[in-house]
Order: sequence, then C-alpha cells, then structure tokens
Amino acid sequence: MSEPRPVSFRGGGFAPKSVRWIGAVVFIALIAVAEIGTQTGWISALTLPKPSDVLDTFVQLYQSGLLWKHLTPSLTRLLVGALLGVSVGISVGVLIGLFSYIRSGLVPLVAAIFPIPKIALLPLFVIWFGIDEGSKYALIAFGTFTPTVVATYGAVDNVDRTLIRMGQSFGLSWWSIVRKIVLPGAMPGILSGLRISLAIAIILLVAAEMLGAEYGIGAYILEAGSLYDLERLFVGVAILSLLGIGVSAAIGAIERYLLRWRN
Amino acid sequence: MDIHLSNISHRYDATEVMRDISLEIPSSRILCIVGPSGCGKSTLLRIIGGLERPSAGEVGQIGDPPEGCLNPLTYVFQDFALLPWRTVEGNISLVLEDHGIDGAKKQSIIADVLARTKLSDFAKALPKQLSGGMKQRVAIARALVVNPAVMLMDEPLSALDSQTRELLMDDLIALWTRTPFTAVYVTHNLAEAVRLGHQIVVLSRRPGEIREIVEIDKPLSERTFGDPDLEAPQRHLWDLMREEARAADAELIHV
Repeated sequence: MSEPRPVSFRGGGFAPKSVRWIGAVVFIALIAVAEIGTQTGWISALTLPKPSDVLDTFVQLYQSGLLWKHLTPSLTRLLVGALLGVSVGISVGVLIGLFSYIRSGLVPLVAAIFPIPKIALLPLFVIWFGIDEGSKYALIAFGTFTPTVVATYGAVDNVDRTLIRMGQSFGLSWWSIVRKIVLPGAMPGILSGLRISLAIAIILLVAAEMLGAEYGIGAYILEAGSLYDLERLFVGVAILSLLGIGVSAAIGAIERYLLRWRN
Repeated sequence: MDIHLSNISHRYDATEVMRDISLEIPSSRILCIVGPSGCGKSTLLRIIGGLERPSAGEVGQIGDPPEGCLNPLTYVFQDFALLPWRTVEGNISLVLEDHGIDGAKKQSIIADVLARTKLSDFAKALPKQLSGGMKQRVAIARALVVNPAVMLMDEPLSALDSQTRELLMDDLIALWTRTPFTAVYVTHNLAEAVRLGHQIVVLSRRPGEIREIVEIDKPLSERTFGDPDLEAPQRHLWDLMREEARAADAELIHV
C-alpha cells in the first residue's frame, strides 16, 4: 500500500459572473489615464481633449439650455422610430413564426433587406417621407425592423412545442395559444433581440441627424466634427454612450420584470 | 362515455408505425398500453385524443361526456408541459379561462382541485420551484379540473425517480378510488402497468399490433408495492415482450 496522493482539482471556471463596480472602475481608470496624460503633456492636446475640459463643455451646454434643445428632438426621434420599427417587427416576426406562406414569402425578403446599410437609403427616405422628421423616423424604424423580425421569429421557433400541443389538447383557442403560450415563451428571445435593435436605432439616429437637422445629438456632433472641436465632439459621443447605457438598463429592467419567472 | 378505436393504422412516409388496432376503452377503468420502444404507443395516444390523424381507421366516442365536462379528452404529459411563467394556480387557471370561467367561481374550482391533489400550499409557487413529482401533481390537477371523460396519460411517471413514482402511483390510486375516472395510461414500465391497469394492452414492436389484452381483477386499492399477486401477470407481460424488446433495442433507426 502506497501513500494516497491527492487528486488535483480540475473543475471550475467557464462560469463568468458580473462583479459589481468593476465596470465603473475600468471607466474611471481610463478617464484618469487620459486626464493625467493630457495634464502632463504626455498625450498632446491635438490627440485627445482633456477629460476635465470635456466636462466643462458639457456643463456649459447644460447651463446654456442647449442640452435639452438637442436631446429632446433626438429622444423623440429615437422613441417614435424605434417604437414603429419594433412593434411592426414583432408583429411580422410572430406571423413568420406561425404561418408557412408568410414565412416562405418574407424570410428571403428580410434576408435581402437585412444587410443593406440603411444609411445608404436615407436619400430615398428623404424623397419618400420628406426632409423633416418623417425620413428620420422611417430610417430608424426600418433599421430596427429587420433585427427585430429575425430575433422574433427565431424566438417563436424556439417556443417549446409540447406547451403548444398542451394548449391544443385542452381546447384553447388559437388566439389564446398565441397570447398565453407563444408570446410569453418567445419573450426572452424578443427582448435580447431588442438590445441589438435599439443599439442600431441609436447609430441610425445620429446618421439621420447628420443630414438635415438643426438640433439633435447627431447635428451637434457633426458641427463639432467639422470644426475639429474635439471637446464638443467628445461631449456628443459621451451623451450617445450614456444613451446606450440608459437603453440597456431600461431593457434590463423590463427583462427583470417580464422574465421574473426565470430567475 | 366510452371510446372505440376501429382499425387504426398509421404510417410516417415509408415507415408503418401501427397496424389495424381495434380497441374498446370502457369508462371508469384504467387501460394501460405497454409495448417495446418505438411500437407507437405514444402515437396511438395522440391519435385517441385528436392530436394526430391516423392514416386509416377511426376513433369514435360512444355516449356523451359527463355533465360539467369542459374537455372530454385530456392529456397528462411525460414532461409535465407546465407554463414556466405561470404559478401553480395560473397553470390551472389557464385551462379554465377559455371556457369563460372567471372570478370567484374560478378561484373556488382551483382551490377545490388543489385541495384534492394536496397542492394547496403550493398555489403561488412557480414550476421551477417544484420537484418533478410536484410538477406532475400540478399537471394531474390541471387535467382533473376540466372534469375529463377520459384521461390520456403519456408515460406520466417516466421522468420521475423511482421513489417519487411510488408516491404518485399511490396518489393516483387514491384519486381513482375516491372518484373512478377513465384513463388510457401509456407506459413502458410493467410494474406501473400491473399496479394501475384494469386492462393491459400489449403492443408488438413496429408496426404495432395488439398482441394480447391482459385483465387484472384485483381491485386497485388492494394492490400494493411488491404485491405477490401482481408478480404472475407482470412476468407474463415480460415473457410476451422480452424478445421484441430485444429486437427493438437492436434496431437501427432510420430517420
């Protein structure tokens, strides 16, 4: 009999968890490096504006009241456009998920539309919907529509068929099955698709505002960029980032509420 | 209400799944269907309840479903088929809502069925909080709440561990003894078949045909775990099935 040798541990890992505050620490560290670098001259003022100057510019923007003048139209465009695109997208996605003919007819069409950079169609939308708000709503709606459709019909496809058979076996009506089994079952997939759709919506918002908008975050960034005013450029970009974080947090809250049965 | 199957045959494309099955399902009795895997017993159950169309033959109802019956042919599924986003109460409520039962009446019906299945304490729990046995109890409660004429049970205990299976068998026997219900019970477990079945239909392997119908006369409430009286019929069933089970096991699957 020889001495027992310990069995070495080889499990664990492959299970990343989100650790609180680490995200914020990374942000603060990056900004601190930029601040120290620009203060000491190690990073030249031409390469990167001082974060403190960017903050000053932001405060000025806020105090002058221009912040809301830019932000309000942007948020309205985002809301109207995304609401249109997402609601039509979910409806069409559910129809594709449920009906063979609609599926066969629309899936190739969606596949054809998906890779078109929607920005390229902006002139077309200007002709169709006018230079005003219409074309901006249309661009954002169109851009959010395709990813929402794809996510939705994928999610409907993944709804457990045994649950649907169960509904049928209890004599539930078609509409009840869709409302009480298909839609809640597809909700996780629809919401994760929504994250992508809304990020695209923000990208397209800026693109739309770079063409013919007096006010809006996009217009603000375009103006700053053409003047090479890096402080204002960075203020605009930071606002977009914050907008993205806000949207993501909002979807997170919706998920926590609608999908509380999962956690 | 009795169910009558006449000359049911079924095929998927080139594969003949079952051939010429004729069967009477008498009311207030439990009829078990056993057979080697792939003999089409679950398919037969789906055909009986109208979830699948047979290639030939017909399923007929004789007589009317009992008074207050909301869904004459009601399934209990192997994997429970509970909506994970609804509580125990909500899952039972689901099958009442479509029949226009609402408010206080619905609540009292639900409370009653939960009490009958000893689930009252779990009314607000979500399915993921429940053990497998509890989930299947909820599914059974959901089936009972619509006052079915015939319960169609598709391997209801196969996803459970053997101890839970014993407990649920006792529960089913208690429920049946209190108010006898009609059930078609598909299983591959012969011990379950002899415990719960008044009649046991043995199907041959694909294409499934009826080989024999075994009757067990001993009352359900007197049958016990490891009952010596059930040993002979269980052995008889196994003798009928052994060779076919072996052949079915060795078969290549053409999909």
